[in-house]
Amino acid sequence: MSLVQGAHPQTTQPAERARAALLAWPEFNKPAVWLVAVILLIMPFIASGFFLIEIFATTLILGTIALSLMFLAGYGGMVSLMQLTVAGFAAYMVAVFGMSANTNISLGWPWWLATPMALVLATAFGTLGGALAVRTEGIYTIMITLAIGAAFYYFTNQNWAIFGGHTGINTIATPKFWGVDWRSDVPYYYVTLGVAAFCYFAVQYVSRAPFGLALQGVRDNPRRMAALGFNVNAHRVAAYAFASFIAALGGVLQVWNYRQISPGSVSVGACIDILIIAVVGGITRPIGPFIGAFIFVILRTFALDLLVKFGLDGNRFRLLIGLGFLAIVFWSSDGVIGLWERWRRRATATDKRPGGGHGHG
Amino acid sequence: MTRFIERHPAWALILLIAVAVMLWLVLAVWPPGLEEAIGRKRVFLNAVFNGITLGSLYFLVASGFTLIFGLMRNVNLAHGSLYLFGGYIGYAISTWTGSWVLGFIVAFIGVALVGVVLQIVVFRRMEGEDLRQTMVTIGLSIVFADLMLWVFGGDFYQIQTPNWLVGPIELPLVTAVKSSGEAVYLRYPMVRLVIFVAAVVIGIAMWLALNRTRVGMMVRAGVDDRDMLAATGVPIQLVFVAVFALGAGLAGIAGVVGGTFQSISPGEDTRFLLASLVVVIVGGMGSIPGAALGAVIIGLAEQLGSVYIPTYAIVVTFLIMVLVLALRPQGLLARR
Repeated sequence: MSLVQGAHPQTTQPAERARAALLAWPEFNKPAVWLVAVILLIMPFIASGFFLIEIFATTLILGTIALSLMFLAGYGGMVSLMQLTVAGFAAYMVAVFGMSANTNISLGWPWWLATPMALVLATAFGTLGGALAVRTEGIYTIMITLAIGAAFYYFTNQNWAIFGGHTGINTIATPKFWGVDWRSDVPYYYVTLGVAAFCYFAVQYVSRAPFGLALQGVRDNPRRMAALGFNVNAHRVAAYAFASFIAALGGVLQVWNYRQISPGSVSVGACIDILIIAVVGGITRPIGPFIGAFIFVILRTFALDLLVKFGLDGNRFRLLIGLGFLAIVFWSSDGVIGLWERWRRRATATDKRPGGGHGHG
Repeated sequence: MTRFIERHPAWALILLIAVAVMLWLVLAVWPPGLEEAIGRKRVFLNAVFNGITLGSLYFLVASGFTLIFGLMRNVNLAHGSLYLFGGYIGYAISTWTGSWVLGFIVAFIGVALVGVVLQIVVFRRMEGEDLRQTMVTIGLSIVFADLMLWVFGGDFYQIQTPNWLVGPIELPLVTAVKSSGEAVYLRYPMVRLVIFVAAVVIGIAMWLALNRTRVGMMVRAGVDDRDMLAATGVPIQLVFVAVFALGAGLAGIAGVVGGTFQSISPGEDTRFLLASLVVVIVGGMGSIPGAALGAVIIGLAEQLGSVYIPTYAIVVTFLIMVLVLALRPQGLLARR
């Protein structure tokens, strides 16, 4: 895709132009961003295997899937609940085409064939779903995409020939090459970090490319964009295709992480979790889903201990998530990012600086 | 009807042939060749009846959903939770008092009250913000699901069918003819037929209430243009609360029905949410006759699918939805 070429500023250019190109990315001129990047890069030296995979890699994977929803919702105005379904579809396809313990289902292709196949098929699946969803507008999108997600869940549950029924497909082979087992903790962490960073910058780039700007125009006023000669539906379907590709990448990472896939991973609850992650983080910026995913993973991992410590029932984790989500929806439509920005604006108001940073409309 | 035939003669012909084939399949004694090809008639008839009665259950759930959506533009994704809550109430009441009918009444009132509280406390504050309301209903469905799991646990509950409804009833439909020339009639559970009749009665009552009463007139006007209705001085908030209560109460009743037909357990909320979504997408959003048509189509598709193509049954349902979205995105019976 030509979309991603600009994600890495060329270093062969004259120094000043490179600098200007670098500064066009607002992320690069803040010290905090560099700090986070460095911390993420040296994470394997700080965190142990459990934290590295269960917290950080999981955050990056869920964040990537939620990023695809953020792209659709934030720039396209389409809240799609099937992003996890697309990811799950990619995961299933990796299992079906690749190698696993269910030899009567898996075709046994090597990973470098199975993975691109899974990505292509999942992107096609998501694009078709999107083409259906754009037949109607606004609030109907949620209903249709939720119906697609739920139908896929029930289908995987009852189909044994391809999807392995409700036990799913187990012991899926993960890539090993160049003498590295890419599923061992540290290499796997860097793979997820690389993919997440790639998706993050791709979304950043597309949001400023002509296509992304047109998409935001479509979000704000579809009739006007149509009058200006833009094909509104084509833009929307293309947005679904792009988002599906990102979600599919997340799905491939997920299946490599757990090495198994079952209908439970694509349940309606899991689809809604992705929405929660994106909304809690904030759907106005690509960084939002990652923040949301981090909060979600931390809560999911430690809520049990925390609740028990407070003398409550440890199983009420979902209640906590639901109430937290309600609170965010009630008080900050912009998620945690919105809260942070509001707080900063109040803090900088005394300095008479234009606050708020760069918003995307 | 005549307008539809005039406008779409080809579609009308196809529909007519489909209905005729269906009637023949149900009424006629199947020739041996057909029985060899697609199995015994008893299986088929049972699937059809199961589909229609399941459709009546779907109608009860989806009519409330579509009513709430049509008037308030609120995609109530907590509707499945209301269904499940109704089922639990019905179970608790009917085992406690031993009265099945009382379970219905209490479930209707209890769930309707939840609906009233939701509308007054939550949704009134964010009127006109469709997306936010929908997000709130998602949050609520998570909270409700967990609360119910907390109270009732993960067990399956089945509501006891009252004695006067237990057992099959013989219907005047021939399933097969014995070699002695004696006809074998279809036997079908009484309770399912009673529920079906009750759903039809509720549907007709709702249609009459919407089309023949003053309140119904307000609701229909509200579906068409909410702001204009409010401008004419109608206490629209009251109408909203009433409609939300009715829609929620219907979901509660449906929960009791579902608990009698099948069983109630965590996860059923999602199943019935999906069913109502597909039913209203197929039938047309905001339309009661649309919900009825969609419910019967989806119920039939699900049951016939699970008999004849078991591992792909859900695909049939899904394909129907896709087909409707492709040909008539606003739904079969929606006006807009």
